[in-house]
Amino acid sequence: MSLLRVENVSQHFGSLIAVNGVSLTVGPGELRAVIGPNGAGKTTFFNLVSGFFPPTAGRIVFDGKDITALPAHKRVTMGMARTFQITEIFPELSVRENLRIPVEVAAGMRLMPWQSRKTDAEMQERVAQLMELGGLAAKADRLVGELPHGDQRATEIMMSLALKPRLLLLDEPTAGMGDQETYDITRLIRRLHKDQKLTIVLIEHDMRVIFHLADRIMVLAEGSILAEGTPVEIAADERVQAAYLGKAA
Amino acid sequence: MNGLNKQATNAAVWLVLLTMPYWMGAVGGYTELACRILVLGLAAMALNFLLGFTGVLSFGHAAYFGLGAYGAAMTLRYLVPSTPLSIVVGVAVGTLAAAIIGAMIVKLRGVYFAMVTIAFGQVFYFITFRWNSVTGGDDGLTGWKRQALKLGFTTIDILGNDKAFYYTILVLFAVAAGVMALLLRSPFGRTLVAIRENERRARFLGIPVEQHIWLSFVISCLFASLAGTLYALLNNFTDPRALYWGQSGNFVIMAVLGGMRSFWGPLVGAAIFVVLQDYVSTQTENWMSFVGLFFVLVVLFFPRGVLGILRRKAAS
Repeated sequence: MSLLRVENVSQHFGSLIAVNGVSLTVGPGELRAVIGPNGAGKTTFFNLVSGFFPPTAGRIVFDGKDITALPAHKRVTMGMARTFQITEIFPELSVRENLRIPVEVAAGMRLMPWQSRKTDAEMQERVAQLMELGGLAAKADRLVGELPHGDQRATEIMMSLALKPRLLLLDEPTAGMGDQETYDITRLIRRLHKDQKLTIVLIEHDMRVIFHLADRIMVLAEGSILAEGTPVEIAADERVQAAYLGKAA
Repeated sequence: MNGLNKQATNAAVWLVLLTMPYWMGAVGGYTELACRILVLGLAAMALNFLLGFTGVLSFGHAAYFGLGAYGAAMTLRYLVPSTPLSIVVGVAVGTLAAAIIGAMIVKLRGVYFAMVTIAFGQVFYFITFRWNSVTGGDDGLTGWKRQALKLGFTTIDILGNDKAFYYTILVLFAVAAGVMALLLRSPFGRTLVAIRENERRARFLGIPVEQHIWLSFVISCLFASLAGTLYALLNNFTDPRALYWGQSGNFVIMAVLGGMRSFWGPLVGAAIFVVLQDYVSTQTENWMSFVGLFFVLVVLFFPRGVLGILRRKAAS
């Protein structure tokens, strides 16, 4: 039984075909990587899955339910969370406040106009756990906008995790990071995958990260699937090498 | 800002509000001026619930302020001589209009939202301006007065006794401010700040952004129309200028002047605005250019408003 099934989705922007008939099936507990040269349509593909806009054609099924026409926030409520290539956080709020909001939304409290001491304490406890897991406890009351890039990214991942998702979509989680930060984030993602059995789909450029994490890889080029397989198979695939080298040359 | 500091600010604000009628005279003011500060302060705080804490700029809040004013005035003029009922009707009319108009415009953002709120505001302005037989047209609606409050065990003469009316307004102001403060500290209030800070992130945290903006708009307009009813009762009169878009602009100026990121900022802004208006307008007809100059200076040099400066001083 698959958790996410994408069937033949396409996205046209005018005459540009950003995504062309891509299908993908992700089972529970799997960590799937999506790679491809710049402009291959990876982020557009993510935007279709997460509900940024509806696809021009095709169907998306999540947890056995057709979500093709469902708005983004309802997909989140169903258990699908995502991060963005350019970190999307609340820069002028503290780490604690950033996490507090998704924790309360996940508890079904988004419309609650007051709060009892008891639930207040419960929410704070959950926020503390998340900060601990993300290695952010020491920076709890700093404004997120003032933190280094790696901590901002960790905050964004923990915000997504606060929603208790069953599927986590990560768009280039290590983009623009130094070696140490890349290592820390990779370790965090690996922990979420191994310890919490979280299903993850991630877009990534850093091959070391992908080979370290992914169970299977899907390669996109010019909007279409170029190859699919285990990291070892993908590394040996000549078409993949050509697509990357062709772009580089 | 730490909790102690916040409590000190709250205590100071309430102390000033509770004692205002007793020292207003000594500093060259009068009780009616204190009432105006409270009423316009409430309107600016109501606007700021949407502007400062949800990040949505409405340039048409005078519409709901004015609907509250006309709702109250017409109730007293045509229906029943009851002050409480006139307030209820005014608030109901303003809130209902906000609920309907809000539903039509919550998908718009930024300057488009602001433009459409102006347009809807002007519709109500022209209705009151033209419909002479009912609204009194350009001359305003006269021939009515606020009525003494009959509470069963006692009667409060809010018409003859200025101070009694001031404290009646203060009670309603306190309830409104209390409700807004409570909401802003709640999970719902935090979703509004989330939308202000990063709408895309809010949406992808599972918050239906349009629904929450609509709620914030309606709550904001509810308190703006409450302020409108009190404004009409204060003047025993209302005219179309209460709904004019210039009035909406004044509310925005008050909020920005005082500091739209702080809860009490708009009240401070309203006080400065009202006092400047009262004092400078006795010296020159062009008082608005002085308010304008002051506004420009604050925005240029203290973008967080007057209360923002005081806070930074207190923190350093």
